[in-house]
Amino acid sequence: MFTYIIKRILLMIPILFGITILSFGVMHMAPGGPAEAQMEFSSKASSEARERLRILYGADQPIHKQYATWITKFVTLDFGVAFADGRKVKDKILQSLPITLTINLLSLGLVLMIAIPIGIMSATRQYSLLDRFTTIFVFVGFSTPSFWLALLLIYLLGVQWGVLPISGIQSLGIDGIEKWSWRWLLDVGAHLVLPVFVSAFTGLAGLSRYMRNNMLEVLRQDYIRTARAKGLPEREVIYKHALRNALMPVITILGLAIPGIIGGSVIMETVFSIPGMGQLLYQAVFSRDYNLAMGILVPAAFLTMLGNFLADIAYAFTDPRIRLR
Amino acid sequence: MNKNQKSESFFTRTIQLLLQNKLAVLGGAMVLTVFVLSIFAPLIAPYDPSAIDIKNILMGPTLSHPLGTDELGRDVFSRMLWGGRISLEVGFIAVGIATLIGIMLGSLAGYYGGWIDSIVMRSVDVMLSIPTIFLVLTVIAILEPSIINIMIVIGLTSWMEPARLVRAEFISLREREFVLAAHAMGGTDTRIMMKHILPNGLSPIFVSATMGIGGAILIESALSFLGLGVQPPTPSWGSLLSSGKDNIEIAWWLSAFPGLAILITVLGYNLLGEGLRDALDPRQRE
Repeated sequence: MFTYIIKRILLMIPILFGITILSFGVMHMAPGGPAEAQMEFSSKASSEARERLRILYGADQPIHKQYATWITKFVTLDFGVAFADGRKVKDKILQSLPITLTINLLSLGLVLMIAIPIGIMSATRQYSLLDRFTTIFVFVGFSTPSFWLALLLIYLLGVQWGVLPISGIQSLGIDGIEKWSWRWLLDVGAHLVLPVFVSAFTGLAGLSRYMRNNMLEVLRQDYIRTARAKGLPEREVIYKHALRNALMPVITILGLAIPGIIGGSVIMETVFSIPGMGQLLYQAVFSRDYNLAMGILVPAAFLTMLGNFLADIAYAFTDPRIRLR
Repeated sequence: MNKNQKSESFFTRTIQLLLQNKLAVLGGAMVLTVFVLSIFAPLIAPYDPSAIDIKNILMGPTLSHPLGTDELGRDVFSRMLWGGRISLEVGFIAVGIATLIGIMLGSLAGYYGGWIDSIVMRSVDVMLSIPTIFLVLTVIAILEPSIINIMIVIGLTSWMEPARLVRAEFISLREREFVLAAHAMGGTDTRIMMKHILPNGLSPIFVSATMGIGGAILIESALSFLGLGVQPPTPSWGSLLSSGKDNIEIAWWLSAFPGLAILITVLGYNLLGEGLRDALDPRQRE
């Protein structure tokens, strides 16, 4: 087991290296560095000023030197400053992370609450009317362009009926209200309803289908037949024997969902004008803000890998065949 | 003769299983309808998709314009028929590129194993750890948004699943007797990979490609929504939706219908793909 863990940790190093090289390389391939992106609007800026900015950002150095400078700082958790406003990347991220995290944790909670029962029910009653209905329901969610649904809901609920706020995370006059008071919570909560609902609905299919297929697979196992044969009530067979074994892989794929969540946040936060990580990344890409973009991507990629790593370790604990391979 | 008969019976059996599955039939019908409408767009479309009619701008759905008109008086229904061609084209070609890369890398990794396998699989891990939207956004910003570039970029960022599937098939097939027999008869590596192993491991690729088309159409529409997809005045469902969103308060039909077309098409491919998975994988069947 110990050697397996060590091997698995060593495997993460080239992946992490690859992630930094690929994201760094792709961003630097783009024509026009941060200096050009910043000066685009002031055509009067002299080439001299431009050159000074380039030197300031280190953009005059060859790319491998820029990468070396960046990564030596990065491993000491120094993410540098954002080119756009000179603020620390770490501060910018810490400011917008709670917003994105709140929305996605709420929507993940909603998804788990719906997907697991749906998965169990449609597996235990495969091809029943209920199974067909939930299949269509989750596939409709999966096939819906999230921004389109968001747009229609904003129009209907926000503009036409005026029951929900349509953008941002709090009302304009909210600053006077005490944080964490009931009125504040209610206001922020109302702003979160649409983003959370839309991302939960469009993200439901993955988990519920995965749950259904795992459950179908488990229900065909010998130990389930044994449990039934020794006369256990069906409830106990399904919720005690089958569910536990079917749930495990579902928990472990959550780590792989992180890149998708960031990608989804880019779109959701644009539609609802929410100042979160997605918007930050979007702005970083377009202003060629390497420090900011890498500061978001690399920790996210690291978390994804960590999720995978923990999942593999958990598997190896339960299944000795894996660690012997 | 014998060989043909066998492959046909496999094919007809899959079709029969698909036809028994109501959801797959529904999905297939949706896919086919959209496909036929797009192919015959020039014959079906009641108006020229780019004909401007200033007297009839932003008209709601009426008999003469079943899905209304846009801010330049162009017929939305005609534009959607033509847009369907572009959206489907993007879906098919992007998936074609992804599947081709996936087959090449996956078969090399699965067949040879060792360091080739390590490199391919670590690249898959790297690609899966970076949000696709970041790569797509950055590369499109470099290459300029054009239909061709969008197809290429979506293809280059979605080869990981087919690669994994092909690799798994190759690993499970490479030690089988018919492959060993091909080796014994002196078959070259390329020949064994392409003629013996690949045809026997294609089933999961069909499933992933079918669902991938839906996924690519969704990515295209998201890109267009962010202003980086197919550029107006060329109509794709994504670009129609994105130019419609500015007028949503006075002309909901400009955004509602193109989105509905995307939903129906993507749902069709997903239901068909899911049905195909059931038909090709006997383990999930009762």
